[in-house]
Amino acid sequence: MMTNPTGRITQGQFSFLPDLSDAEIALQIAYGLAKGYAWSIEYTDDPHPRNTYWEMFGMPMFDLTDAAGVMLELANCRATFPHHYIRLMAFDSTRNIESIAMSFIVNRPPNEPGFRLVRQEMAGRTMRYTVHSYATNKPEGERY
Amino acid sequence: MANPTYSIPGTAIAPAAAAPALAPMAAPTTVGEVLAQSQVMAVIDELDRDLVGLVPVKARIRDIAALLVIAKLREQFGMAAAMPSLHMCFSGNPGTGKTTVALRMAQILHRLGYVRKGHVVSVTRDDLVGQYIGHTAPKTKEVLKKAMGGVLFIDEAYYLYRPENERDYGQEAIEILLQVMENQRDDLVVILAGYKDRMDTFFQSNPGMSSRIAHHLDFPDYSAPELLQIADRMLGDGSYRFGDGAREVFDQYLRRRVAQPHFANARSVRNALDRMRLRQASRLFADRDRPLTRDDLSTIETSDILLSRVFDMPAANPQPPSA
Repeated sequence: MMTNPTGRITQGQFSFLPDLSDAEIALQIAYGLAKGYAWSIEYTDDPHPRNTYWEMFGMPMFDLTDAAGVMLELANCRATFPHHYIRLMAFDSTRNIESIAMSFIVNRPPNEPGFRLVRQEMAGRTMRYTVHSYATNKPEGERY
Repeated sequence: MANPTYSIPGTAIAPAAAAPALAPMAAPTTVGEVLAQSQVMAVIDELDRDLVGLVPVKARIRDIAALLVIAKLREQFGMAAAMPSLHMCFSGNPGTGKTTVALRMAQILHRLGYVRKGHVVSVTRDDLVGQYIGHTAPKTKEVLKKAMGGVLFIDEAYYLYRPENERDYGQEAIEILLQVMENQRDDLVVILAGYKDRMDTFFQSNPGMSSRIAHHLDFPDYSAPELLQIADRMLGDGSYRFGDGAREVFDQYLRRRVAQPHFANARSVRNALDRMRLRQASRLFADRDRPLTRDDLSTIETSDILLSRVFDMPAANPQPPSA
């Protein structure tokens, strides 16, 4: 059985679509800015589904009016980590929301090996399952 | 935005017809059409109307607007559409309207579509330069990101460069600024402002900055009649007016004030008017039982002006108001 037919991880918005072009990313950013969100950039080379907190690339960008600022920072991040996962996140600071309103991947490594299902036999006939990323067999920074 | 062009099934609201205003946007062929579409003339007329004097500055702004309009038309024919460099330097004495004109400039550039948002981010050295190593670059970049799509107005830009301290972080800010001014020309417009002589020294020691700025605008000092006109506007905006003979006395006040040190053009006029309002208020305050009319409350009398310290001085300086 193929568990990873497209060879792509699917996390966040638009992840079942083809990669967004820069113009499309800029439009999404502009939409978020119009809603008053603050964009931030995060990257990782450990895309386990439960790895919620990726590394921040710079500070969240508050008080922006135009998408060009975020795109500039994204270009910096891509130059620094060309083979990492990079995602954009929009923080909605509205009282009582105060959380991430949008999040989507904007950069992927060329080859995504996916995940292995690990089975562990327990007492009796109990089975325990866990998900293991093939990429994490290598040390951090050498994975993709 | 208010009328979507789509319809949600089950709702009664029909989609608005595709905005008819968009149709004539197709291809403006005359200067008039570009101006009509961008409504830039409204801003320029407003500039003419609201700002007293500043003739060379207004002429220059018209030139820049004309250049942008023609560039728009050239674009229609696929001629070299290279974005003209729009970074500017405003130099002039204090209170000559540099900040005000920068705000208008942003509006003009926005109407012509050369900056996407048209907001002005006004900063000084403190906002760009950090306190310790590694603090400057993120700080400058953050400001630049905020200004993207609009105008970055750097007031008293010469403070960025401090030649007496070779380890000053200002140089780092200048380098980042230069890089963005060159590479992101269509994302933001940088306007430097400051006093003329110090700006000149600044450019001499930073030739890279000078060569990246296409437009140097000099703001001349206001003449006495222009200052008086400015005073009239400021009073009018605050629903005040000069009483009998007060305008002439204020004219004399201005002539004496100009000769004194630290005269800051329109700003000094504003301060003088604020002090006169104070004196008017205390004059009215002294008379507890008098019923005050609308006229009383809005009139600046001769006595309010003559109390100024400036009128005590000419005894030492017997120069008649001739200038």
